[in-house]
Amino acid sequence: MEKYANQYVIVAVFLILGIVFPIVVLQLGRILRPSKPTPEKETTYESGNDPVGDSQIRFNVRYYLYALMFVVFDVETVFLYPWAVAYKQLGLFALAEMFLFVGLLLIGLIYAWRKKVLQWNSI
Amino acid sequence: MDRYFNSPVSWGHVGIFALEAIAALAVVIVFVTYAIYFERKVIGWMQFRIGPNRTGPLGLLQTVADVAKLLLKEDTIPARADKALFILAPALAFVPSFLVLAIIPYGLHLPFADLNVGFLYYIALSGVTTIAIVVAGWASNNKYALLGGMRSAAQMISYEVPLVMSIVGVTMMTGSLNLREVVLHQTGYFWHWNFIPQILGFAVFVVAAVSELNRTPFDLPEAESELVAGYHVEYSGFRFAFFMLSEYIYMYAIACLATILFLGGWNPPFPQLDFIPGLIWFALKFAVIVFFLFWIRATLPRLRVDQLMGMAWKVLLPLAILNIFLTALGIEWWG
Repeated sequence: MEKYANQYVIVAVFLILGIVFPIVVLQLGRILRPSKPTPEKETTYESGNDPVGDSQIRFNVRYYLYALMFVVFDVETVFLYPWAVAYKQLGLFALAEMFLFVGLLLIGLIYAWRKKVLQWNSI
Repeated sequence: MDRYFNSPVSWGHVGIFALEAIAALAVVIVFVTYAIYFERKVIGWMQFRIGPNRTGPLGLLQTVADVAKLLLKEDTIPARADKALFILAPALAFVPSFLVLAIIPYGLHLPFADLNVGFLYYIALSGVTTIAIVVAGWASNNKYALLGGMRSAAQMISYEVPLVMSIVGVTMMTGSLNLREVVLHQTGYFWHWNFIPQILGFAVFVVAAVSELNRTPFDLPEAESELVAGYHVEYSGFRFAFFMLSEYIYMYAIACLATILFLGGWNPPFPQLDFIPGLIWFALKFAVIVFFLFWIRATLPRLRVDQLMGMAWKVLLPLAILNIFLTALGIEWWG
């Protein structure tokens, strides 16, 4: 365990460097770059027109349906990985069990498919 | 490097690891600089153009000049943007992309962190970048950015599922998630590499990976013809550069992972060629995959958004699950 801690020390070093690097570069840029803000520069871009209305609006529910499907199948993969790592020791019985588990989730996919969740018909 | 792993943690090690991390950052920045140069050159040649050739000899300093320009450019933040989130998003996209480089083994004695969770570590961190993209799209308070950000998120989460599942077959054959053990399992001739027994998984992996990278033909979030530039339309200067940087770092990481998981990592195609160092073999395979990504960008047209989402759930996901059970049956029959 003591030895294994070294691996996560590397990850921590990468994390710290990954956070420090953007901060340093953006601060360096602040010294180098000009800053002359005008109201015209700070308008939101909308193909040359004055922006109409707010953009932080409620958007299409379809994105949430995809997010729900993602949650279901991503949790499935979390269960698949331990099974896959230990598969050679587990044998045929575990395969049958996994077949049932994936089959149940596939029924969910077919249901979503039939309900036209996967059909994308507007933006 | 192994000897450091086998001794207890000390400040001396932290110093060595910090130097390594800085070296990794330098290598990846040089890679990104010249990947962009070669991408423009290769696509230029494929389209009967010359590509960049003015800045420096053969145009070699073109990207350096571009980065310097981005560094010196005024940084405008729209008055109606959510300032805190707008500033946070580029860093949030960059940090996980740099963190995934910590686990990639370039050779038997050249791993950075030798984690047992291996590939799962990559998946967990690359998910954070999706959040950064949604944050960027939302904080910009711009209609194009919001659409691009939402599309990007929907695409990335949809393709993450087949991407993760296509690796399960490799995990079953190896019996481990550790990337070093995955490569050691592929020692021998090139038909021992995973891409032949796992050809279906490899195909799903490549398609899903190209989509995860938001590259053509799946670059819907950045579709210039309809969305201007997608989620980073309001970003300028170095904040924009960080989005580009993290995108290319993910390309680097995916090319490394494809090499490790399916193409035998640092193993030579024939054991007789063992006298050539493993690092060179790794670099060769890596370069082939990066070239392949440029090549399809020059060749294939962009998909329509409905075709794109349909493909992830209706084609790739069932294929990935089929691959898992075929692998399981194969292990049962042939051991």
